[in-house]
Amino acid sequence: MKHEYDIVIVGAGLAGLRAAVEIGGDTRVAVLSKVFATRSHSGAAQGGIGAALGNEEEDHPEWHMFDTVKGSDYLGDQDAIEILTEDAPRAIYELEHLGVPFNRTREGKIAQRAFGGHTRQFGAAPVKRACYAATRTGRVILDTLWEQSLQKGVAFYDEYQILSLIIRDGQCGGVVAYELATGKLHTFHSQAVLFATGGAGKIYKTTSNAFASTGDGMAIAFRAGAPLEDMEFVQFHPTGIYKLGILISEAARGEGGILLNNDGERFMERYAPVIKDLAPRDMISRCMLEEIRAGRGIRGQDYLHLDLTHLGQAVIESKLAEIASFARTYAGADPVKDPIPVQPTCHYMMGGIATDADGRVVVDRAGTPFPGLYAAGECACVSVHGANRLGCNALLDTLVFGRRAGIEMQRYIRATGSPHRSAEPEKKDADRLRGLMESKGRERSGRIRAEMQATMMDKVSVFRVQDGLRAAVAKIKELQERYPQIAIQDKGHCFNRDLLDAIELGHMLDLAEVIILGALYREESRGAHSREDFPARDDTRFLVHTLFGYDAIRGPQIFTKPVKITRFQPQERKY
Amino acid sequence: MKCSFTVYRFDPAVDKKGRYQEYTLEAERTDKILDCLNKIRWEQDPTLAYRFSCAHGICGSDAMVINGRIELACQKLVKDFKTGNNFVIEPLPLFSVIKDLIVDMNPFFAKHRHIRPYLITAGKALAEEFLQDAAQQAVIEPALRCILCASCTAACPINRANGEYLGPAALLRAFRYIFDSRDAATDSRLVQIDSPEGVWGCKSMRWCTDVCPKGIPVTKCLGQIKRLVKQRAQGPSREPRP
Repeated sequence: MKHEYDIVIVGAGLAGLRAAVEIGGDTRVAVLSKVFATRSHSGAAQGGIGAALGNEEEDHPEWHMFDTVKGSDYLGDQDAIEILTEDAPRAIYELEHLGVPFNRTREGKIAQRAFGGHTRQFGAAPVKRACYAATRTGRVILDTLWEQSLQKGVAFYDEYQILSLIIRDGQCGGVVAYELATGKLHTFHSQAVLFATGGAGKIYKTTSNAFASTGDGMAIAFRAGAPLEDMEFVQFHPTGIYKLGILISEAARGEGGILLNNDGERFMERYAPVIKDLAPRDMISRCMLEEIRAGRGIRGQDYLHLDLTHLGQAVIESKLAEIASFARTYAGADPVKDPIPVQPTCHYMMGGIATDADGRVVVDRAGTPFPGLYAAGECACVSVHGANRLGCNALLDTLVFGRRAGIEMQRYIRATGSPHRSAEPEKKDADRLRGLMESKGRERSGRIRAEMQATMMDKVSVFRVQDGLRAAVAKIKELQERYPQIAIQDKGHCFNRDLLDAIELGHMLDLAEVIILGALYREESRGAHSREDFPARDDTRFLVHTLFGYDAIRGPQIFTKPVKITRFQPQERKY
Repeated sequence: MKCSFTVYRFDPAVDKKGRYQEYTLEAERTDKILDCLNKIRWEQDPTLAYRFSCAHGICGSDAMVINGRIELACQKLVKDFKTGNNFVIEPLPLFSVIKDLIVDMNPFFAKHRHIRPYLITAGKALAEEFLQDAAQQAVIEPALRCILCASCTAACPINRANGEYLGPAALLRAFRYIFDSRDAATDSRLVQIDSPEGVWGCKSMRWCTDVCPKGIPVTKCLGQIKRLVKQRAQGPSREPRP
């Protein structure tokens, strides 16, 4: 089936919907999502969204900018970070006016709380900067933006899996998608496409991410010629529920929760004497693994305790409601009385499709745009998070850059003619799916996926070392070779999850390879990328973004580009 | 330990009506029911269809009937059931089945859209927030827990008898906006649902409240709307009419 729109947005999380709200009404917009829109993974975001409103105490966008730059371990582009933090208060007021039910201060203003790495006066002490709605901040923003999009007449294609971009003469002119309910292919012709497809945590065995977070947009854009930037920076959130990876928000520590080792010691005091348990995520995850390695995990095992018992029932029920329920349901721990068993869990991709601050996908060092192709949110790399994202900056990123991408796309489609139509753009995908469905191989995607997840968890997570990375890249190549032997056992066309699993796996294998190659190249430790064989940051060699371009024959090809430094010169990162 | 799963199956390409299929698998006491379904799909039968995504009770994809009761498959563990490791898994009632445990949610979301699920305000310059005190917000707090999983609406006996009834989920969302102190359309919202298909469809049978996986007191919230509708009929309007 063929469809025609001005703009197609892929992904119905916060970045996609923020763009849709911006341009819906004036422009014919379709939003495609592999899950029903309100099931998008933005809804799982718990703790808050950062903005220097100063509602609780003095705060300034400049302080927020500094914290973000320092949190990024000086790899974030400072011009983009300045846009992010300056625009943050406006973005929050806008959400509030659209109906988002933020918690309130006694005066009735938007309440704010402390979060990791957010400080006053350039690192002096923690500051209350995170605006929040209990621990369901992402969920209520997602619902609000979805409802606004409906009101604006945005067309939703829920449960459509994107397969490829339609590209003609180097210009993007739509997408090909697979309708889960019928197995039919659909072509969506448009003048511009925005990828807002989220993260890829499912590459790892233990993750806070949803099953849908398989990096489809990053992988499809990569194969279409868009470089991936800084993919080696993968965030492990310190507090995932032990063995399950389900997120316990940093808000738990923002409200006063502390991490304890087996001796009952608040060990973060030793590593980050100033802000302690509110140090950035990369640092806390490393410290936790150091404690476990030193034999101070709980009962000598590979987890620690997150203790909220001193906060009292009232705070836990009113400000941390969802996570209290998660702890009770999944860990059998009542946070009012018991500590919660936690370990680091794969949470966020700092890297992604290289874009500029207006959401344009860029293809080279000079920032040449890929005509008609845009990206925003976790799948994009602007880069505002650099080597490590601060908590509360992800939601902010989606809103600020989702909106900016929307504005820029609207400008672009008015200034540019329609791309030439490709003849039968869906044919390649139809052939590929037929090949998968008819394969007589003996492989199962579940088996390959499990091996990939175990390899990435074991060798490419918080700590990395050259031998391990080399072994990992060899393993991923082996899995890529086995991939074409996957046989789809479900021969049906209605909600064929077996086929979807195989498609997603192909995307994840591409991304896993780039993550490892980036980690091998970067012979230093910076932010979330920690090389045991190169424990120091090396600004002489590696104060650069790593980018990989797709090459079907030679494999991913690396190039670098300089980091934009405007106001804050790199210095040692201590908390 | 060994568990037996009896799962409702329906493939529109071959089945004229639903059937049940049995699977036996090894599961831990702490496995989620969703983990068990995944194990069946990955290890035994890749054709089994059901919705899922976040796997921790926040996206609202996997409401289904487990041993006769509506639950989220990702929020219930094997050990939560006292049925001798035997499980019967069926799709949500009320909605038509597309395949296996996947139902057609379009009628559900159509009713959601019907209640104007967005804040209506007189408009305010974008320089600051609306003030709202914590007590005002506490009124709508229960409704903010809603994840649109449709458990309540599927459970409601009135909905099964009267397809026109908006149902608890849509009315709960109406409640969320009616009682939001920032919303300026209270009066017209109340008029819109002052009918047997609206809030008076609710006979306070509480099935919605019983099944809600987020513990929302749905019946109580709907009761608050009813009281406000009655007050409006008796007293002065909260919203000036043109």
